[in-house]
Amino acid sequence: MRDEDVIEISEPELTAAERLYLPQIFDGLKTTVRHMFDLKRRKEIVHQYPEDTRQGRGTLRVSNYRGVHRLNKDPDGRVACVACFMCSTACPVHCIHIEAGESPWPDREKYPVKFEIDELRCIYCGMCEEACPCDAIELTPHYELVGRTREEMIFDKEKLLQIYEETKHIKPRKNPPITDYGLTGGQSRDVAQPNVERKV
Amino acid sequence: MIDPTVRRIENLLRSPLLIFGGGGLLTALAFVVLWLLFPFYRDLLSHPFWFPVIVMAVMLTLILTSTAVCILFERKIAGFTQDRFGPNRVGFWGLLQPLADGLKFLLKEDITPRHVDRPLFLLAPALALGVSLLGFAIIPWAGEVEWPWAPGVRVSTQVFSLNIGILYLLSVGAVGVYGIVLAGYASNNKYSFFGGMRAAAQMISYELPLGLALLCLLLTTGTLRLEEIVEQQARSGIWYVFMQPLPFLLVLVSSFAEANRTPFDLAEAEQELVGGFHTEYSSMKFAMFFLGEYAHLVTGSAFMVALFFGGWAPLPFTSWLADNVAWWAMLLKLGIYLGKVALFIWFFMLIRWTIPRFRFDQLMRLCWLSLVPVGIGLLIGVALLVALGWHRHWWANLGLNLLVLLIMLWYAGRSKTPVTGRQSDLPPVPA
Repeated sequence: MRDEDVIEISEPELTAAERLYLPQIFDGLKTTVRHMFDLKRRKEIVHQYPEDTRQGRGTLRVSNYRGVHRLNKDPDGRVACVACFMCSTACPVHCIHIEAGESPWPDREKYPVKFEIDELRCIYCGMCEEACPCDAIELTPHYELVGRTREEMIFDKEKLLQIYEETKHIKPRKNPPITDYGLTGGQSRDVAQPNVERKV
Repeated sequence: MIDPTVRRIENLLRSPLLIFGGGGLLTALAFVVLWLLFPFYRDLLSHPFWFPVIVMAVMLTLILTSTAVCILFERKIAGFTQDRFGPNRVGFWGLLQPLADGLKFLLKEDITPRHVDRPLFLLAPALALGVSLLGFAIIPWAGEVEWPWAPGVRVSTQVFSLNIGILYLLSVGAVGVYGIVLAGYASNNKYSFFGGMRAAAQMISYELPLGLALLCLLLTTGTLRLEEIVEQQARSGIWYVFMQPLPFLLVLVSSFAEANRTPFDLAEAEQELVGGFHTEYSSMKFAMFFLGEYAHLVTGSAFMVALFFGGWAPLPFTSWLADNVAWWAMLLKLGIYLGKVALFIWFFMLIRWTIPRFRFDQLMRLCWLSLVPVGIGLLIGVALLVALGWHRHWWANLGLNLLVLLIMLWYAGRSKTPVTGRQSDLPPVPA
């Protein structure tokens, strides 16, 4: 830092009327009073929850709102997760706990025996959704979570799959690249087209 | 999602029928009771001693109720200025909110920490609230009344006509400082102590411009009695705000500071000192501090309306109800007075959400370097007018105010720094 790098800034000078503060106060009062009597704008902005919600008004963007998680099922009804642990590694607060097991299906090596997310610890950042290679974990637009105990809010695999059943019509499942973006009909590429040479 | 019974109860509480219907019913019931009991208290009403006692009882109830309603009023106005509605869940327009808040304060756990100075800790909120309510004794609500069954007997709606009216109010306001100082001291907590000391310094400092401005007014009116000041304004039709706007401004700013209201609420601002002097207080004691602040607000508003805005006089340049002592005129005058006080309270609350807070040194500089010199200048000017014998003419007073304003502007134009000082004026941080 050289001396010539330093720029001296002094506070701006006020005019005589400004130094009395009264003109600015009147100006401020004009704004405040204008907002006070603007009923139309108030009615337009304010949601009288729970009668009037963002979903009801249609201002909630379903495609990317980060609400509660769900575990997607593929078209065969199997859980789409392959227990690769990418989501629990990506999670900044370590709220995802997975236990992997050998999968009973031929096109996958592993499947999650236990998949638990502590919804109270979660910060709803969506890193797990971004990290998942199979688009198995997704954040739904449902945000009205209520529980009576902390244990109740640790969602296990069954609960997350149930959320999928409840929200799949609101937010349909994304088709992951491993299924060629849906073209294979839900099977992974290696099973559907086994002898094709791929660069990736 | 929500239990349907709960929803039904909530909708019932929110319905305008319940609020206005219930309120209307209760009012009608009160009227019926008053009508039926009328023969028993008829002679009390025209009694020159008992009528002010009745006025005192009624007004105390009214003031305490309005202090509670101020809680709702404040939140509604805060909401409206911020493009949202205030509380509207508890009753229609949130009208049952004070009830809910009162219940909450009563049912909350009242904690008295072990490290506090007990007697003073318990005394402070009582002092803060009690002293603020004393000021209503001298406010002339509706002038004099002559009841039709007792002709020739005039009873006053002022609780007590003190011959040192304004001085009484100033002294009561000064005792109010004790409540805050004791709260800060008794909390046995560095930050509360700071808050208490700052609040005390602020309140005491701003009593000076208040006193000086009131002196200017006093020299013009020639009397300290509030009801005579109101009568002068009602009779001549010229309200003192038109005659002496600069003292009104000084009294207004000082009232903000006395009530610890934004922009002077440094002592209780959350960002500054956690809770300031009321950090250690919970539940009802905390509520009493806030009720005391609102009572101070209402007293200050009533005071300013009486001094500058003609009290119960309906319109500025007429003397319409001045000599009318009928009972219906009394009610009309009371309504007008209360309406003006409500407008002032609205203005106080509006300013809270308009202007940012003053820093403590800016506050002090504003008082001692701006308001006190202006007050002294005005006082000298009005004294000159009295010496010349022109103090009863409105043009002389208005001219003096304009002259002082011009001198202020000229003086303000000479230097470049704002009146509240710059950051660089503060003492340097020790290395």
